Amino acid sequence: MTVRRVLPVATFLSAALLVLGGCASNAGAASGDGGGDRTGALTVLGAASLTEAFTTLAEDFEADHPGTHVRLAFDSSATLAEQVNQGAPADVLATADTATMQTVSDAGNTAGRPRLFATNHLQLVVPENNPAGITKFTDLDRPGVKFVVCVDTAPCGKLAKTVLARTGITHPPVSEEVDVKAVERKVQLGEADAGVVYATDVVAAGHKVRAIDIPTSNQNLNSYPIATLKDARKPALARAWVRLVLSAKGQKVLSDDGFGKP
Amino acid sequence: MSRRGAALGRPPLLLLAPALVAGAFLVLPVVALLARTPWSTVIGQVTSPAVVDALRLSLVTSLLAVAVDFVIGVPLAWCLARVDFPGRSLVRALVIVPLVLPPVVGGVALLSTFGRSGLLGPALERIGVSLPFTTAAVVVAHAFVSLPFFVLAVEGALRASNREYDVVAATLGAGRWTTFRTVSLPLAGSGLLAGLVLAWSRALGEFGATITFAGNYPGTTRTMPNAIYVELQADPDTAVVLGVILMVVSVAVLALLREQWFDAALRASVRR
Repeated sequence: MTVRRVLPVATFLSAALLVLGGCASNAGAASGDGGGDRTGALTVLGAASLTEAFTTLAEDFEADHPGTHVRLAFDSSATLAEQVNQGAPADVLATADTATMQTVSDAGNTAGRPRLFATNHLQLVVPENNPAGITKFTDLDRPGVKFVVCVDTAPCGKLAKTVLARTGITHPPVSEEVDVKAVERKVQLGEADAGVVYATDVVAAGHKVRAIDIPTSNQNLNSYPIATLKDARKPALARAWVRLVLSAKGQKVLSDDGFGKP
Repeated sequence: MSRRGAALGRPPLLLLAPALVAGAFLVLPVVALLARTPWSTVIGQVTSPAVVDALRLSLVTSLLAVAVDFVIGVPLAWCLARVDFPGRSLVRALVIVPLVLPPVVGGVALLSTFGRSGLLGPALERIGVSLPFTTAAVVVAHAFVSLPFFVLAVEGALRASNREYDVVAATLGAGRWTTFRTVSLPLAGSGLLAGLVLAWSRALGEFGATITFAGNYPGTTRTMPNAIYVELQADPDTAVVLGVILMVVSVAVLALLREQWFDAALRASVRR
């Protein structure tokens, strides 16, 4: 390689480093302790199914606490729990089942006992044009039907496995997605004929999917716990966030999004 | 160190210090990973059907992807290196796009192209092909993310090898195909091997595009990286073990190649 061809690469790399460096210093400024404990950035980790509800609540929270900024991160509950246990900086964690939260409490990383704030049940969704003509849950057992579920290491998958077994569906899914949003995406895009998601995801998807009730799913609920974390940088704000989620206002937002009472 | 190195004096500190930093930076995380690996469970994991399935699937799909890369990538690299056509630099830039695309977005792009409701989906459906959720989709995803590495390496080697040799071959009466086969390609041999290794490694570790485009089901689309991600949600220690297994297998394959193939190729080219 000649010098002439190396130079642009070097320029590009150093520019990239500058940009990265800039981002890092911005993040540092945002999470800095300049404003004391009651202002600054609050980091909330939430299960993927909480995306819409927590995004709405974050706006309320920022309005009620001037000078604060809520940083939301959504992922599968297990990924978030592992991140917390590995020391990722965060103030609050909300998971989609109690077993996952237990791994964080057992590791001594929660401050105080986790509190249940919502429940969720499963529903079947099909694409708007319903290519496989599915009208009831047991249609999943028809040959040629491509349906997707969460992988059973995720709370939604664990629950789906139970529900599928109870309703006697033996036909295997075509894919086990890593979280419930991935299941919904496969259905929305029309790649899968059906998917097993939370009732809340049906609300979030609006008219892009059609929902079908699953028998017994009202007896198979996931309970959502929330906890402030031991290494929270903003413990007072973290407690305020948990209070908001448990308050009448928080519960209203959650029920609008399809969550059940804890 | 060779005698020639000694004659040039000791390596300057300005090179040696950063070189040591680079070496440590690459080696330390791997050492840390090995240190937290629960070795007692490795044997049990290696022989578990789920891991055997995932490993076999990973090897088959990554090798098929590299074969695809070779068949369509060498011609593309040759065209970019040897044919003057308008917009060549644009094409060259476009070829790199999948490289900078976040893999998950690559998966979405593949769905929008080959998915059931994608650009080519309906046409494929008419001839009875439905890619998503199949092993073929895994190969497509692997090839998509690895092809740029392969094309870049081969094109670089073709451009670096002296074009005059092609001209000489032509003056001796060789057609363009013969020249390509007997002169250009062997001269670019080292770049070709580097491209194959790069592409294979990239394909073997591919996760985002695969899980988005092909899905994740044991035996058909759950490759090692997918299995590792799934395990990470259940039991991070098992995930580490699976990661180490994948790493050991790939290092073993590469070492074997180096011994058997690289050296042979090198000796053959020197003798020629």
